[in-house]
Amino acid sequence: MSTTKSSKRRAAASATAADADAKAVASDNAASSPEERRALHRELLHSMLLQRRFEERTAEMYAIGRIGGFCHLYIGQEAVSTGFISLLRPDDYVITTYRDHGQALARGMTPRAIMAELFGRVDGCVGGKGGSMHLFDKSLGFLGGHGIVGGHIPIAAGVGFAIKYRGGDQVIVCFMGEAAVNNGAFHEALNMAALWKLPCLFVIENNRYGMGTAVERASAINDIYKRGASYDMPREMVDGQDVFAVRDAAERAIARARTESTPTLLEIRTYRFMGHSMSDAVSGTYRTKEELEQYLKRDPISLLRARMEADGDLTEDDWNAMDDEIKAVVQDSIDFAENSPEPPLEALMQDVLVDTTSD
Amino acid sequence: MPVITYREALNQALREEMARDDRVFLMGEEVAVYQGAYKVSKGLLQEFGEMRVVDTPITELGFAGVGVGAAMVGLRPIIEFMTWNFALLALDQVVNAAAKMLYMTSGQFNMPMVFRGPNGAALQLAAQHSQAWESWLAHIPGLKVVVPATPYDAKGLLKAAIRDDNPVCFLEGEMLYNTKGEVPEEEYVIPIGKAEVKREGDHVTLISHGKMVLTALQAADTLAKEGIRCEVLDLRTVRPMDVEAITASVRKTNRAVVVEEGWEVCGVGAQVVDYVQRTCFDYLDAPVLRVHQVDAPMPYAKNLEKAAKPDVPKTIAAVKQVLYLD
Repeated sequence: MSTTKSSKRRAAASATAADADAKAVASDNAASSPEERRALHRELLHSMLLQRRFEERTAEMYAIGRIGGFCHLYIGQEAVSTGFISLLRPDDYVITTYRDHGQALARGMTPRAIMAELFGRVDGCVGGKGGSMHLFDKSLGFLGGHGIVGGHIPIAAGVGFAIKYRGGDQVIVCFMGEAAVNNGAFHEALNMAALWKLPCLFVIENNRYGMGTAVERASAINDIYKRGASYDMPREMVDGQDVFAVRDAAERAIARARTESTPTLLEIRTYRFMGHSMSDAVSGTYRTKEELEQYLKRDPISLLRARMEADGDLTEDDWNAMDDEIKAVVQDSIDFAENSPEPPLEALMQDVLVDTTSD
Repeated sequence: MPVITYREALNQALREEMARDDRVFLMGEEVAVYQGAYKVSKGLLQEFGEMRVVDTPITELGFAGVGVGAAMVGLRPIIEFMTWNFALLALDQVVNAAAKMLYMTSGQFNMPMVFRGPNGAALQLAAQHSQAWESWLAHIPGLKVVVPATPYDAKGLLKAAIRDDNPVCFLEGEMLYNTKGEVPEEEYVIPIGKAEVKREGDHVTLISHGKMVLTALQAADTLAKEGIRCEVLDLRTVRPMDVEAITASVRKTNRAVVVEEGWEVCGVGAQVVDYVQRTCFDYLDAPVLRVHQVDAPMPYAKNLEKAAKPDVPKTIAAVKQVLYLD
C-alpha cells in the first residue's frame, strides 16, 4: 500500500480544493540550489503557460472555422501534463485521450505541428489525418491521441509489456479522464498490468465531469484511486492544481515503475475550466457558475506564479517577457498553419496498409 | 511429402516464425500451460518460455489492446482468440486501434500483428459459439483477412501473416483442425491476397473460402459423376480479394456459385457477386447464386443446425440451378 500520509493529507486538501485560496503549494522538489530551483520552476511555468496560451488561441481559431470536428480543451489541467511529463526521459512513452493538446506540448511536440494538424494541413504532426483528437509523434514516444474512452488503456499495458519483454527500464504514462474508470477496458488493463508487473503509470485526471456527468453520478466510488485496491496496485490521490504535488507523486510512481516494474494508479484531482468540447458552453447545464468560479481560484498557473513570486524567482517583467515570447510562438504556429497546404489528394489512399513483404 | 493435420501445420508455422524472429510472441487464453484450447500452440511454452507464450486472463478486449500497444513499439504479437466468437469483445482494439493506426498517424505506426483463432460453426455449439466473422472483418480498411482451407495453405499463409507488417485477421476452422494434407518439410510462404484454383472445370465456378472449400470440393466430386465439371476457386484471403482470379475463372465458365459459411446479408458472397457483375457482365449465362447459412442465429438441435448450415446438397442444387438443369 503506497498511500502515504502526506498524500492523504494532500488528498484531503484537494477534496476541498474549490474552497481553498491560491496559497496551497506543495514541496519544492528536485532543485538543490536556488539557481536550479529557479530554472526548474521557470521551465514548468513555461510548459504550462504554453499550453494555456496555445489553447486560448485554439478556441479562437475554432470559433472562426479554421479548426473543425471535435476539439477538447485542457485549460485548467496543465499542472498534470507538465508535472508528469517533466520527469520523463526521452525514451519513455506517453499515451493519452482525445484531450491531448496539453500533453503533446508538454512532451515537446512543436506548436506548429499541432496547430497545423488542428487546421487539417499537410504539415500537421500526422499530415492532417488525425486532427485534434489524434496527435502522435513517434520520435517523442508520444503514442496518441485516442478517441474511444478507455480504449487506449490496454494499449498502454501493451507498451508496458513490450518494455518488460525487452528488459528495458522505460515507463509509460497513460493519461485518462475519471469517466474512463467505469469502462471495462480500464479494469482489464489494470488487472494485467498488476498481474504481470508492468511499468505503467495510470494517471486519472479527475476533472469531475465525464462530458456533463458528474463523477458522483457515474462512479459508485468517488475516491477513484481506491479502485486500485481491486488489483492490489499502489495508488495515490493528488492535488492536480499544484504542479509540485503532481511531481512528487509522479516521481514516486516513475521510480516504482522503473526500478521495480510496478504499476501505479494515480488519481489527480483537477478541473476543466472550459466546456467538455467546443460545443459545450463553459459552465453548461451540469455545473454552476459558482462552482467554476471557486475552482478558477486555484488556477494551476496562478498558483505556480504566486509561488515563484514569493520565492523571488519571478518578477512581473519576467512574467510579461515569458508571456510575450509564448504568445509570439503561438502566433507563429497559427501563421505556419495558415500557410501550410491542405494534404494532397493522393494522401487519401496512402497509409491504409503499409507495403510489406513476407520474405 | 509428409501428411499432417491443419493443427500441426499451424503449430509448425508458429514455431518456425517464433524461432526466426524474437519479436514474435503468442498471447491468449490457454495458449501456454494448457498448450492451447485446440492444442495449436502445443510445445511452444516449453520451447520459447513464458515471456513469449503468454497465458492471459479471460479478457479479450484487454489482451487485444496489449497486442496493439506491443506492436506500436516494435514487437510482432500473435493474439489468439480461443474462438472468433469471443473476439467480438475485442473489436474496438481490432477495428478502432489496429486497423486505423497506420492511417491516423500518416504512416508513423504500423501494426505488425496477427489476430487468430477458430471461426465459424463446429457441431451443436448453438448461437453464441457458431458464427463466421470474416465479412465483418473484411469490411474494415486497414485489415487483411485470411481464411485458409487446407493444412498447406494454413501453414504458408500463417507464416505470411506473421511476417506481414499490417494487422492480419487469421480465421481458422474448428472443424478443420483434424483435417490432413500434404505439407512439405522445406520452408514456404504463401502470399496473402492470392486465390487458388483447387479444382479445374469449365461448366461453373464455385467460389469459396475456409471450411466451405471442402464442401465445394465434395459437391464438385459428386457433380463430376453426372458429367458436370466444376471449377473450385479458393479465395484463401477475403481482404484483399483476388478479383483477377475470380474474373478469369468466371469468364471461362460463365457461371458462378458462391459458397460461404456466414449469413447472406452483406456477406462475403455479396462482395464477390459485386465484382463478378462488374467484371463479367457480358460473360454470364445465369445469375450468380449464393449458398450460405440461413438468415437466423444458429440453433442447437442437430436437425435444425444441419438445416441452417450451407452444405453439399445445397451447393449441388445451386450449381444445377445456374446450369438450368432443374
